[in-house]
Amino acid sequence: MSILSDTGNYVLLMKRVFILPDQWRMFFRQFPKELEKLGLQSLPIVVIISVFIGAIMTIQTTLNSSNPLLPTYTTGLVTRDTLLLEFSSTIMCLILAGKVGSNIASEIGTMRITEQIDALEIMGVNSANYLILPKITAFVVMMPFLVVFSMALGLIGGYFVGVFTDIITTANYLAGIQYAFVPYYVFYSLIKSLVFAFLISSVAAYYGYYANGGALDVGKASTNAVVNSSILILFFNLLITNLMLG
Amino acid sequence: MIEVKNVNKSFEGNHVLKNVSAVFETGKTNMIIGQSGSGKTVLMKSIIGLHRIDSGRIEYDGRNLPDMKMKEIRVLRREVGMLFQGSALFDSLSVLENVMYPLEMFSSHSREEMIERAYFCLKHVNLEEKAFALAPSEISGGMQKRVAIARAIALQPKYLFCDEPNSGLDPKTSLIIDQLIHEITHEFDITTVINSHDMNSVMEIGENIIFIEKGEKAWQGNNKDIFHVHNEALNDFVFASELFKQVKTANQ
Repeated sequence: MSILSDTGNYVLLMKRVFILPDQWRMFFRQFPKELEKLGLQSLPIVVIISVFIGAIMTIQTTLNSSNPLLPTYTTGLVTRDTLLLEFSSTIMCLILAGKVGSNIASEIGTMRITEQIDALEIMGVNSANYLILPKITAFVVMMPFLVVFSMALGLIGGYFVGVFTDIITTANYLAGIQYAFVPYYVFYSLIKSLVFAFLISSVAAYYGYYANGGALDVGKASTNAVVNSSILILFFNLLITNLMLG
Repeated sequence: MIEVKNVNKSFEGNHVLKNVSAVFETGKTNMIIGQSGSGKTVLMKSIIGLHRIDSGRIEYDGRNLPDMKMKEIRVLRREVGMLFQGSALFDSLSVLENVMYPLEMFSSHSREEMIERAYFCLKHVNLEEKAFALAPSEISGGMQKRVAIARAIALQPKYLFCDEPNSGLDPKTSLIIDQLIHEITHEFDITTVINSHDMNSVMEIGENIIFIEKGEKAWQGNNKDIFHVHNEALNDFVFASELFKQVKTANQ
């Protein structure tokens, strides 16, 4: 019952969000702020996680595929395809659901419980459109850049393993990441990231917008936003993978 | 003028407003008073349209709010200013930007004209210019209330709603805020509706007082009539403290 009413309320909220803004200049004032807050401020975590995971994946793949029958480019190939297909889109989005999702839900939730949203409504402003539309559009715009950045940094992380250890040679690694490259995987990953970006920002905005009570409830809204957007990411990952690669 | 006619509102079977009718006059400070849980906040939120009523009419100069579509309600709300209990200033904007916000949303003025209007409103509520660039969190509660009043009057509203305007303020600041609301109401000929249980405010600026008791309108009058009322619930509420009992005796 709760799932049905949540879904219904979410759809109704999105209906209020996706209409033309009352004032485009206010939208374009908010939009760059959201690009910076949701996108650029996520860069440090994307950099750190991508480089380390790229390096760890390279080490793990090399150590677990020390079979002389396997070609030398295996490590690079596996690292690249794992990054392209799953890590830089799905896993990175699960991580960003925690960072960005909780940020959006707590910001809008706090505005709700301090009556700032009521103040907007009383002024005659479509608060859902004014508050949520710039967040969703900014995050959807930024996400492909974050994903491409994550892919590149993950590959660089793997390269560092070749440079700083003797686990794999840089030549073998570079040959592996160039071998049998399928550009469609990048396209598939970017499409997924766009869907996930929409899910993270809209689900978080929904939980924040309908928060009520006090500080504890804002925390609860934030947790619900992260948990539910993560579940939706996994579900849509399955769906999109089946549609695009199946 | 706002006319409330036979308004009923229930929440999950709990009948909160029972056939309430009242008139809120233009150019007067109209007050809704009553104990906590009496239904005064529900009444105010229903008048503003934050709660949809079950039955009755809420007429803004003849325009019935419950009959309006969302688009029409939004247009009407541009004639409404509201002062919230916690001020509800936007954290991400400075004091000046908070006051400019409704102008930026709904006026076609140039930026210079908007700044000029915002300065006028902020100076009208006696806020010092050095506070204009500060964030709401950097100013006192009393100053936040003044900024909220300045924001509420920025678009020259016809109707001003104040929800517990003195909540969290010291008695002296409360008095200043009351006087400010009173002056603005008369100066700009606004229909002001104040939701309060501050008896100092009631005595000071209550030109039209509506007393709500268990969801029903139990009395209507002004701050002079209130001393001569024989309504037990009202007397229990208004003259609860020893000080006000003495004031009542002195007035009689």
